[in-house]
Amino acid sequence: MEHKILQKNSPLERLYNGIIKENPTFVMMIGMCPTLAVTTSVINGIGMGLTTAVILTASNVMIAALRKCIPDGVRMPAYIGIVASFVTIVQFLLKAYLPDLNSSLGIYIPLIVVNCIILGRAEAFAGKNKVIPSLFDGIGMGLGFTLGLTCIAAFRELFGAGTLLGFQIMPAAYEPVNILIMAPGAFFVLAMLVALQNRIRSKSGKNTAGKESGCDKTGCAGCGNSACGGKM
Amino acid sequence: MKEILIIAIGAAMVNNVVLSQFLGLCPFLGVSKKMDTAAGMGGAVVFVLTLSSLCTSLIYRYLLIPIGMEYLQTIVFILVIAALVQLVEMFLKKMIPALYRALGVYLPLITTNCAVLGVAIINVQKEYTVLQGVVNGFATAVGFTIAIVLMAGLREKMEHNDIPKAFQGMPIVLLTAMLMSIAFTGFSGLV
Repeated sequence: MEHKILQKNSPLERLYNGIIKENPTFVMMIGMCPTLAVTTSVINGIGMGLTTAVILTASNVMIAALRKCIPDGVRMPAYIGIVASFVTIVQFLLKAYLPDLNSSLGIYIPLIVVNCIILGRAEAFAGKNKVIPSLFDGIGMGLGFTLGLTCIAAFRELFGAGTLLGFQIMPAAYEPVNILIMAPGAFFVLAMLVALQNRIRSKSGKNTAGKESGCDKTGCAGCGNSACGGKM
Repeated sequence: MKEILIIAIGAAMVNNVVLSQFLGLCPFLGVSKKMDTAAGMGGAVVFVLTLSSLCTSLIYRYLLIPIGMEYLQTIVFILVIAALVQLVEMFLKKMIPALYRALGVYLPLITTNCAVLGVAIINVQKEYTVLQGVVNGFATAVGFTIAIVLMAGLREKMEHNDIPKAFQGMPIVLLTAMLMSIAFTGFSGLV
């Protein structure tokens, strides 16, 4: 296993864990609302991913630093308060410096508060670990999320509009499949992605299959953290 | 009156909260396996969403605006919603045990349902009055219930179908959601 090479909770191990091993989009399947809603173009996907990454990292660090001061009984409201404060700060920064991105992401920026990736990481990692591992955990998970959003967005933008990052890529004769950048296309791309993943898993043996189905049963594919945050 | 009707139809059908705005996807995918649990979740969402849009509209209009603290809306709304859900749960447990037993399991899950916070923020962004906000919240929740109950009905039927192995579970549910979403785009132009 990789654990022998990468020491547990070392910065590198955390990054690897977030980007590859427990990638929030492809492996854990959490944070699905923004994944489907904002991936209509690559710019939006990267913007949303990085915004979430910044908030996740900041809140992870803050929660890890305060983990001994927060009483166990009120930890959820405390986490939500911390995350909501960072979201408000980031929203101000976006409004001031990237107004275009802010208006195209719209309501999904304040909704980062209820993104289960952030509260999930707070509950599963930052609340129990030191500041430095939590920092890298946040960066790793954030980058993993950005990667997931960017992949889905690139696919949808390339085939749905024939462009990437706004530049024309497909030849002029290509007729864009408009439905891919509309709401139904989001469900379609995600369905195909999960099906592909199931296929790869069933080929590579059954030992990893339990992970996702266990999550499905509690209704967690992109769930409320109260249902699955504790189990992650 | 006409305006309120437009808001209601727009929120319930045209901009269906799950199928076109992707809010509240989590319970939509998670608890849509059986018709009765889906209906229970729908009922709980209708109840909480109506109440929470009333509370957040009132707080925004009569507390945050007068003291010039509109920028605190995200923090205030999420805390109000979390507290409200707790309060509703305690109230129902004590006063209406039958309703509590029906909705009980779903209530705590609703705090993290992004539709609830989403509606509160939409109400602010569109500058709805308190009444319009409540109507918007109620209609959004009705739209959610329609979507989740339809999905549960389809999933109950699908259980007996022969689905390719790779598509079993989540993928086929997402494909069903895609078809429903295409159907719901048919409502655009209604308002």
